[in-house]
Amino acid sequence: MLIKRKEFLQIGSLATASLMLPRFLKAFERPAMVPPGNKVVVVLQLSGGNDGLNTVIPVRNDIYYKVRPRLGISKDQALLLTDEVGLHPALTGLKDLYNDGSLGILNSVGYPNPDRSHFRSMDIWHSASNSSDYVYTGWVGRYLDAQCAGCDKPTQALEMDDVLSLAMKGEHIKGLAMKDPRRLFASSNEKYFKEVAASHNSADASEKPVDYLYKTMAETVNSADYIFKQSRLHPSNAEYPKSDLGNSFKTIASLIFSDINTKVYYLSLGSFDTHVAQEGQQKRLFTEMNDAITAFVKDLKSNNRFQDVLLMTFSEFGRRVSQNASGGTDHGTANNMFFVSGGLQQKGVLNPLPDLSDLQEGDLKYKIDFKNVYATVLNKWLNADDKKILGSQFDYLNFI
Amino acid sequence: MTVTTQLKNQHLLWRAGFGPMAEEFSQLATATHKSYVNSLFKASAKGPDMIDVADSAFKGLVMGVQEAGVQQQRPDEDQRKKMRQQSREDIKSLNLTWLNQMVNSDQQLREKMALFWHGHFASRNLNILYQQQLLDIIRQNALGNFGDLLREVSKSAAMLNFLNNNQNRKGHPNENFAREVMELFTMGRGNYTEDDIKEAARAFTGWGATISGEFAFRKFQHDDGKKTVLGKSGNFDGDDVLNILLEHKQTATYITRKIYRYFVNDVPDDNHVAWLSDRFYQSSYDIKELMKDIFTSDWFYDAKNIGSRIKSPVELIVGIRRALPMKLENEQVQLLLQRLLGQVLFYPPNVAGWPGGKNWIDSSSLMFRLRIPQLIYDNDEVALKPKDDDDQMMGMKDMPAMKGMGKRGGQMISANVDWETYLKKFDNVPREKLLSTISGILIQGVEPVSDQILNKYIDASSRESFIKTATIQLMSTPEYQLC
Repeated sequence: MLIKRKEFLQIGSLATASLMLPRFLKAFERPAMVPPGNKVVVVLQLSGGNDGLNTVIPVRNDIYYKVRPRLGISKDQALLLTDEVGLHPALTGLKDLYNDGSLGILNSVGYPNPDRSHFRSMDIWHSASNSSDYVYTGWVGRYLDAQCAGCDKPTQALEMDDVLSLAMKGEHIKGLAMKDPRRLFASSNEKYFKEVAASHNSADASEKPVDYLYKTMAETVNSADYIFKQSRLHPSNAEYPKSDLGNSFKTIASLIFSDINTKVYYLSLGSFDTHVAQEGQQKRLFTEMNDAITAFVKDLKSNNRFQDVLLMTFSEFGRRVSQNASGGTDHGTANNMFFVSGGLQQKGVLNPLPDLSDLQEGDLKYKIDFKNVYATVLNKWLNADDKKILGSQFDYLNFI
Repeated sequence: MTVTTQLKNQHLLWRAGFGPMAEEFSQLATATHKSYVNSLFKASAKGPDMIDVADSAFKGLVMGVQEAGVQQQRPDEDQRKKMRQQSREDIKSLNLTWLNQMVNSDQQLREKMALFWHGHFASRNLNILYQQQLLDIIRQNALGNFGDLLREVSKSAAMLNFLNNNQNRKGHPNENFAREVMELFTMGRGNYTEDDIKEAARAFTGWGATISGEFAFRKFQHDDGKKTVLGKSGNFDGDDVLNILLEHKQTATYITRKIYRYFVNDVPDDNHVAWLSDRFYQSSYDIKELMKDIFTSDWFYDAKNIGSRIKSPVELIVGIRRALPMKLENEQVQLLLQRLLGQVLFYPPNVAGWPGGKNWIDSSSLMFRLRIPQLIYDNDEVALKPKDDDDQMMGMKDMPAMKGMGKRGGQMISANVDWETYLKKFDNVPREKLLSTISGILIQGVEPVSDQILNKYIDASSRESFIKTATIQLMSTPEYQLC
């Protein structure tokens, strides 16, 4: 495999060293596992606006119980982290991670002038734009633009889905979406497509639309091949729950154990849009999330990679502080984020719980801009030029 | 590449419409493009009928709510839920009905222009009455006067609600509407100041809409003080601000440039844009004249403009249906295709509309585009799952499709292609010219995939299967994504 010098430097880990070995040498042995050090981010999107106040519960706050007489989660039901803070009862594995020192909780994350439309607010989180701007590229996509110019495969960012999210689309380079390496391989490996993809000569640098189409096609065919092979080098044999999320995490683990160049994995779970009957819905989704994350972390730990992986969760907005009349909550603003990793610098509850006595029209005020989180992850975890990617300099946080 | 008469005609039909229909294949090489231009404009001369798909019970409910509102009663949650569901279903019908118009209507130019304005005046709104009203404004004025179009859109319930102007009140301005009118609908960024937006917002105070979608000027919410917008001062209201924006030549330039990028080439030619926008401005924003200027200009038919555009998902779907006449047993599958390909009518990503061009293409969307013709041919199942849209679904799962589900849980395409009509169009073509004739019709302005590769995958066992499989294979190429 030809690997460009630039790409090698940028990946900057021992992982790529094995790529430099001549193929015939590699063929004699099952390649060694990637040695520690190759940092990876896994973004888990909670689609639909997860109710943050019933996720991280202010168990000593009277206002909380007063405005949520039906939905409030009582102190004895919550999984207590401190005598002020409890987790949703379904998040048992996250409680263990907290005890273990590998969970960080960041409260009141949001942005100025919040938008309550799912699509628009998700747009803002994906593009990392101000709420008055419309940007057609995403933050991970622009990371690809910055890191991966000249890469032959867009495998540095993978989304476990049939459709690619805006977050993953750069100006020049876009990530790749797939649910299952085998299926991706089977579908792009059709002879006709392979032959058509190989037939076009786009040496011409002008990049007309037709060249762009062929470039995307060729990259997809190559990547499908590459991802499939990588996924079979060290397939995880750990137990995962049989849910979509469980399957996706298992695929991600298998890829992390290979020497694939992927730096960002993206997946989503939903819908958390609990206008009605929130209790059952949130519990069901949290159980799926909890079990999948628990299995994933166990797998990473037993393969000695947990310190290299940062899993973060986010949702396009939180929900209103007060419950509504249908056993649910309506669209709100600021929300909390989870960080799970064996390599956290700061653990536990990273900042104060939201102040329920200081609201803006019934909604939480944000204290931390989500772009500070992105800047931190890009700079400190991925060694990337966050200022260039985000368009301005955001202060770093200290959790990694 | 030589630009033949046929290529010119097809270029025109793709840009001023949704591509050639099977029925007209035989005239493509012979008719002059001037005659095509004339007939396109003639066919679109008359205003179209309104597309009204709103359930009458829904309308009744809305009227009920409006009256109840007067009596200070709010509909209960159950009633509201029912209305939302009905509205969502009706917007699907609106989508499919309009799509059928794009396929079948003679008013190709009008529908294409309407699709452009649908992206320009993008509005996400879950109320069917507002959506079909806005669509009607756009279709009626698609080739009319841009000033009229702007005014009617700005007074539509869909836009006023979407851009929060119902909350724009004297003393409590909400600048969203004023900002987007200036930034996206008329002048474009960099041609006004933040103060201009603030002052314009004051002028729009009091503009709102009733529940049933009528424009309402709420006098007591209107700030009737003096405002200064773009250097002009007066006790302006919303109409005055729109007039000031239209007086600015920049508005003509901004709109012309956007139209040029959509209809001619994504890379605008400054001289052409300047010439067109001068004339557009002088005609007091006559859209029809602007489009005539474009389609009758020699440069429109330059080789570099042909096949230079990536079809939008809607253009792709409609284009296939025009070239290959077919009956869709499960029309809803078109909604699934739109979602998977990233363009659902009436659900633009935001007020800036669909970015278009290369933004349509990523590895998943491209591979799926290449697979669609084969899925149609095999009557196969779409086994991919689109992302949920929580704005539409409010936390509910997608309605399970009653019919048309496949083994893998996906929807079946269930298309009955009228091959007989299609095949007939090639009756007079000698066998050795079949492939080049088919690719000449299907592929615009770029070299098709080589005959050598195509012949390997074409079923030559009979003339009929040759034509069918050649068509499907040519449609399954990157080149077919261009027009």
